[in-house]
Amino acid sequence: MQDEIANSLKGHKADYVEIRLEESKATRIIYRSNRLEEIGRTSSLGGNVRALVKGVWGFVSFNNVNKLRDKVELAINQARLVGKETSKFSQSEPVINVVTAETEKNPMTVPLALKKQLFDEYNDIILSTPKIQTSNIGYNDSQRKITFANSEGTYIEQTKIDISLRLAAIASEDGQVQQIGLSLGSQGDFSAIEGLQEQVKQMARRAIRLLSAPQAKGGEYTVVLDPVLAGVFAHEAFGHLSEADHVYENKRLQDIMVLGRKFGDKHLNIVDGAAVPGLRGSYKYDDEGILATKTYLIREGILEGRLHSRETAAKMGEKTTGNARAINYLFPPIVRMTNTYIELGTLPFEDIISDIKEGIYAKDWYGGTTSLEMFTFSAAEAYMIRNGKIAELLHPVMLSGNIFVTLGNIDAIGNDLQMNQGGGCGKREQSPLPVSNGSPHIRIRRCLVGGS
Amino acid sequence: MEDILSQAKKVAEQAEVFQISTKVTPIHFEANRLKQIQDKESTRTALRLIKGGKVGFAQASGFIESRTLVEMAVETCQFGMPAKFNFPNPKAYPKIDTFDLQIGAVTIDDMVELGEQIIATIKQHTSDILCESSITRGIASVHIINSEGGETSYNKSFFSLSFEGVLIKDEDMLFVGDSHSSCHPILDFRPIAEEVIKQLELAKRNVSISTKSMPVIFTPHGVASSLIAPLVSAFNGKLVFDRASPLKDKLGEQVFDKNFSLWDDATLPYQVASYPCDDEGVPSQRIPLVDQGVVSHFIYDLQTAALANTQSTGNGSRHGGLPTPSPSSLVIGKGDASFWDMVRDIKEGLAVELLIGAEQGNILNGDFSGNVLLGYKIENGEITGRVKDTMVAGNVYQVLKQLEAIGNDTRWVEGFLLTPCLYCSSLSVASKAG
Repeated sequence: MQDEIANSLKGHKADYVEIRLEESKATRIIYRSNRLEEIGRTSSLGGNVRALVKGVWGFVSFNNVNKLRDKVELAINQARLVGKETSKFSQSEPVINVVTAETEKNPMTVPLALKKQLFDEYNDIILSTPKIQTSNIGYNDSQRKITFANSEGTYIEQTKIDISLRLAAIASEDGQVQQIGLSLGSQGDFSAIEGLQEQVKQMARRAIRLLSAPQAKGGEYTVVLDPVLAGVFAHEAFGHLSEADHVYENKRLQDIMVLGRKFGDKHLNIVDGAAVPGLRGSYKYDDEGILATKTYLIREGILEGRLHSRETAAKMGEKTTGNARAINYLFPPIVRMTNTYIELGTLPFEDIISDIKEGIYAKDWYGGTTSLEMFTFSAAEAYMIRNGKIAELLHPVMLSGNIFVTLGNIDAIGNDLQMNQGGGCGKREQSPLPVSNGSPHIRIRRCLVGGS
Repeated sequence: MEDILSQAKKVAEQAEVFQISTKVTPIHFEANRLKQIQDKESTRTALRLIKGGKVGFAQASGFIESRTLVEMAVETCQFGMPAKFNFPNPKAYPKIDTFDLQIGAVTIDDMVELGEQIIATIKQHTSDILCESSITRGIASVHIINSEGGETSYNKSFFSLSFEGVLIKDEDMLFVGDSHSSCHPILDFRPIAEEVIKQLELAKRNVSISTKSMPVIFTPHGVASSLIAPLVSAFNGKLVFDRASPLKDKLGEQVFDKNFSLWDDATLPYQVASYPCDDEGVPSQRIPLVDQGVVSHFIYDLQTAALANTQSTGNGSRHGGLPTPSPSSLVIGKGDASFWDMVRDIKEGLAVELLIGAEQGNILNGDFSGNVLLGYKIENGEITGRVKDTMVAGNVYQVLKQLEAIGNDTRWVEGFLLTPCLYCSSLSVASKAG
């Protein structure tokens, strides 16, 4: 196959061509209430060709992996039809490498019966909690072998394993429904989702306590975010804006996102990098064959870098960062985050909340989205802070703000960094992509909270 | 397919093979210029078995040996849910128009021209705007066979045109956009251009709004981005069966405004969400979900319907796995007020065009809360400009229980919702001061 791929890439009039072939296996298990509702296995074989001619991309995806050369020609011809400009694409030395998945307990080797036994146990814990109406459990694992080759001579085989688990407890009383979820994931280690009995029990109990909790009053508050939610904040509020594909052909946004601009105080450092090992967003090479790096987006409050594909790097005259990712062969790679986090600060949690007269402590993640300028994200758990102490439980809250203002309103960063491996990121139809994010506790002044 | 079915029949009591093949050509404009032309071909084959009374499932994209697929499905059977249904063998299917041969006549050049025209038109109105546009042409073929003699197939053509623009002034960003899809080719870009220009006109000036409860009008895009997700989950027969839907005991009861009606309709001709049969071969229908405020139906697939002791409504839809109840096209009934009638009625209020993050709240409870990405302030019966740094929060059941007015004009949004504007008398609005 390696020879056929190499031959298919030779002798074309294109500025750049690449081939990606992908073979994958996956398992999916879904529980709803006391029913194991779906258990299924999937196998997939497919690939794509991407060609750059005169500034325009041709992209062809297929399940039939024969006659690769015809597919290369189709992609090139499409692009040639309309290409009028000069292609810009960053230089890269050819790489030849085979990367295998290193994993402690490969989910592919765990029998279905054992997976079911574990989830049965979690489900029983949720459903045996009084006032719990129903439960949801969704489990996915996958192993994919990706072969990547391009017209510059690069040939890389990478195997990737991913696991995700989401559990939810739904409580109901007097026509009111409240739910709490728990999202976990791992790059290939099944033991990361074992032994959660105590956490699951606590989650179900919290769902019940929500039934009697009041809703926050809408308005501006001093808000303290726990490491999970602060990680989502880093991802939504700044990570997406750092993706260079939003910026590279947008002069006005380039003026706003000029390197060296001050975004926050000196204590603020935000990093993204697939080269940070062992996390769900980690890898050796991105989907353009570029070696993964670790990029400071903000260092000491100053905008220092952004995330690039080869095209955005070339167009902006900056270095590649290895952030071009495709969720699978059906899509071309686009600029994505990997592992995004706010670096460790110095303050203990008690000091962060001690001088807050009235504020909100928001914990855990439910969802988040951004428009580049505005972001929203929702906490699964929230409490009032009164006179420096955690007070009553609230209904889950939604936080929102303006990115350019909010980072400057972070006035305290904790000494307790944690990474969250649950969930996934969505961008332009490509969702959910495995990522991780994290942070220490942070405090934000004047954050907008939706409510009654 | 026949080979998979015959091998599966040897080892299982019942079996079903579902196959979908698609050929899609999307083109994308970025930063006002053509950026990418795609050609995507895919085939997916799914096998569902009933063996030992339990459901097993496996699927493959691309080539797979029949034997391997059957083995994968058999492996899952021992853990699967007890099957409460038989695979269907209906006598007849409704004739639903979902294929227009003309789609094949649209060339890539035609699509490129369409994108260039819409971008040129919008830039003529607002020269600084940065435009993205996608034009997609595609066909899909669905084929289902089962061991009970059921067999059905249909073809669908689809075409979509979407436009998104961003206008940046200093650090202020304005996002506008619209899209349209159909089984017919879309050759006229003007309706989308007119909608986008309307948004640009109404949002010309930024104005501040106070934090309090006030009347709110949801435009069709506003309805889609604020109110639909909680309704979709509440009418899902599965959530009703699990007693997680707030509507679980409300069948036949007046829960919504007496002028509010909602259907699920898979039979509308040439709509992209229409089909003659669902993904498990059950004939499609038009299902009233809310009839003049009264909860009248929920949506079901075969298994959920059997558990709930009712009939499938033809809403079994596959999202990468087993069929599960999902809406086709949702239609909200018209009222008698125009958008501008509603605006004229308001002393101080808000018109929501696009809310982001609304689906992140407790949608099971009907709660929604989000940032107003595009919304207009209403003062003394007139739109005075665009609001920013503003959140709205509410509960769908409270909003729809008593509507001040329902629009007399409906439009399609996001390819699956046909809705008028909805006007509610009071909703919580929170805005950042200064």
